[in-house]
Amino acid sequence: MFSNPDLQKLLFGRLTLDAVPLHEPILLITFAMVGLGGLAVLGGLTYFRLWGPLWRDWFTSVDHKKIGIMYIVLALVMLLRGFADALMMRAQQAMAFGPNEGYLPPHHYDQIFTAHGVIMIFFVAMPLVTGLMNFVVPLQIGARDVAFPFLNNFSFWMTVAGAVTVMASLFVGEFARTGWLAYPPLSGPAMSPGVGVDYYIWALQIAGIGTLLSGINLIATIVKMRAPGMGMMRMPIFTWTALCTNILIVAAFPILTAVLAMLSLDRYVGTHFFSNDLGGNPMMYVNLIWIWGHPEVYILILPAFGVFSEITATFSRKRLFGYASMVYATVVITILSYLVWLHHFFTMGSGASVNSFFGITTMIISIPTGAKIFNWLFTMYKGRIDFDVPMLWTIGFMVTFTVGGMTGVLLAVPPADFVLHNSLFLIAHFHNVIIGGVLFGMLAGITYWFPKAFGYKLDAFWGKMSFWFWLTGFWFAFMPLYVLGLMGVTRRVQHFDDPSLQIWFVIAAFGAFLILLGIASFIVTLVVSFLKREELRDLTGDPWNGRTLEWATSSPPPDYNFAFTPVVHDHDAWWDMKKRGYVRPLSGFQKIHMPRGTATGLILGVISIVFSFAMIWYIWWLAALTFVALTVVTIGHTFNYARDFYIPADEVVRTENARTALLAERV
Amino acid sequence: MSVASEDANVRGSGRDVHEEPGGHGSFRGYMTGFLLSVVLTAIPFWLVMSDVLGAPRLTGLVVMAFAVVQIVVHMVYFLHMNTRSEGGWTILALIFTLTLVLITLVGSVWVMYHLDTNMMPADHGMHMPAPQSVPVEPGTAAPPHQHQH
Repeated sequence: MFSNPDLQKLLFGRLTLDAVPLHEPILLITFAMVGLGGLAVLGGLTYFRLWGPLWRDWFTSVDHKKIGIMYIVLALVMLLRGFADALMMRAQQAMAFGPNEGYLPPHHYDQIFTAHGVIMIFFVAMPLVTGLMNFVVPLQIGARDVAFPFLNNFSFWMTVAGAVTVMASLFVGEFARTGWLAYPPLSGPAMSPGVGVDYYIWALQIAGIGTLLSGINLIATIVKMRAPGMGMMRMPIFTWTALCTNILIVAAFPILTAVLAMLSLDRYVGTHFFSNDLGGNPMMYVNLIWIWGHPEVYILILPAFGVFSEITATFSRKRLFGYASMVYATVVITILSYLVWLHHFFTMGSGASVNSFFGITTMIISIPTGAKIFNWLFTMYKGRIDFDVPMLWTIGFMVTFTVGGMTGVLLAVPPADFVLHNSLFLIAHFHNVIIGGVLFGMLAGITYWFPKAFGYKLDAFWGKMSFWFWLTGFWFAFMPLYVLGLMGVTRRVQHFDDPSLQIWFVIAAFGAFLILLGIASFIVTLVVSFLKREELRDLTGDPWNGRTLEWATSSPPPDYNFAFTPVVHDHDAWWDMKKRGYVRPLSGFQKIHMPRGTATGLILGVISIVFSFAMIWYIWWLAALTFVALTVVTIGHTFNYARDFYIPADEVVRTENARTALLAERV
Repeated sequence: MSVASEDANVRGSGRDVHEEPGGHGSFRGYMTGFLLSVVLTAIPFWLVMSDVLGAPRLTGLVVMAFAVVQIVVHMVYFLHMNTRSEGGWTILALIFTLTLVLITLVGSVWVMYHLDTNMMPADHGMHMPAPQSVPVEPGTAAPPHQHQH
């Protein structure tokens, strides 16, 4: 590019034109598809003149409902990427036997399994969970917004920035080839000198800021902003699980940040925290990252438990069985999740006393989880169950998750773990609980709260198609992996010699294909429901005959959520209000104090992307410049005093009267 | 009173009401905290600079003890930590945090200590055995159960 290599290095760091993988046909095709798709989206936005509304009503919005929906959109987009990785891996493993090397060389295959794990956990599961909590929690506790509305918008854009950084690695340079937790010494400077691990580190650090801040935000919201009368033991279970999850986030994510910071120091300035020599200890990395990693699993699953609790009670037309025991089980899981991390590395060699301690704590954690399952079953017992789509997901979850939980208890036995660790049995186990638990939970939650967010239900036929394809696809895709794992097949292998194993991988690939149909059906659900929205419209705001406060307001809720803050007398507050003949107030509306939207979060997110890119490619001047820019914009925003406004009383009256008219029309 | 009118009585938004009485300390409190901090910083300096105790290990432990006291002083006088503030939430959060920090530290030390005992060569050095040395029989190199509790 330049005749003077020093100048080029100064300007571009280690970034050269070779970093763009023009020699890899798969990536080129992907690049072309993404480019075309992107152009189509941009063109569509311009054609339909949607830039203004998109900017004003969504990107710069501090409304928790909008941000929640944007989180979920981000997660669904990233799900497509993560699932494309999964399909590629399944296809590779189904064909790469004996003389056939498959179509993915090892260095590409390794990037794919790393990207799959990182994306699915950090940029699919986390945004789904955070998005759902963001949307639902303030409505469930009768609040106007979260405690720190701008912080919420900022958190979202930091998560997006992390996702963009991961995606950029596809087209400029490479991604880590280390597995999703990037254990050193493999992820250290000697074994991974390229940019892959740096992409990994910076994507997670940036997204981690967003996650941590949104955790703080939601804790403050739940602790401080509940409607009058809603004591802790009257909070909906979903809010309880959201509270516990966010406490876990705030307690656990700093450990991840610290571990990755130490790994960065090893890579950037030559320290030896996790090297094999000069006093470093790679085992310490494994130890620390799992002190974050295990709570992370519960960060994902607890909100799913909350969703299932809401859905089971609503669709069984009964009060949730054992509310208090559900709360205590959630709290116990929160604490216990910090006492089990070593079960991820029983084989590291800590010996019998340490292993048995952590084996036993791991088994103990299945007790509160089992209590929850029984609570859901007893809630259903003698209930008038409606088998709507959310309830199908719930029942599918109960069956699938129980199997996953039992294989987890198997793995918790250290001697069994010595046989099964690092095998496909483990892969099958954690997909069993994450798909069967978290993903089913989030899809159930999306189906359940979709009418609240958009004012119309999702089409039931395609929802059922999606459910059955997902469920059967899951069983076809992962039961063979249990079998293979018991036979001793290890994970992260790009090619096999033994042809007798192939049939299992073919079955697993077929399962992945069924899941593809499940995802496609979900997208069809969204499209069909949008087209049939007038038919599916819900004017009541309470399409499922719900029990908690979010169903007390209109669908979609007005910006201010509730014209009057509701007063709570019981848990299942809305059910209680309906039972006691609640009459919607029609007059006496007042102006409402609201937070004002701002573009600062988006700007900080964009600068963060450039900053991380500069750090990854050693473009020091750009890194320094963007760091200064981040600081200046952050400080500058503290001088922004135009943070709030009042929705005038007559506008509230107009909104509420429109709803009154709609409700009257229906009757 | 009907539910509707009862609901209508609670006007305005939850956002507006977050004044916590007694959340901010007094001049006296801040001065006490400041002076205590100075004293608690000066003593460890003196202990190290003039080598009062003579034994580095003992000095280290004493300095750490002062640090812990310093943390408590900061929390009480600067962060206004007491059992009543925010309806007990701050003290609850503190107990939770301490528990987790304790689990993390003690657990890590425990895990890494056992790992070291079980997995490192018998002489406990960081250096590798000489290349020409005969490999030790498995089982004798690292007695796995030195630490039976």
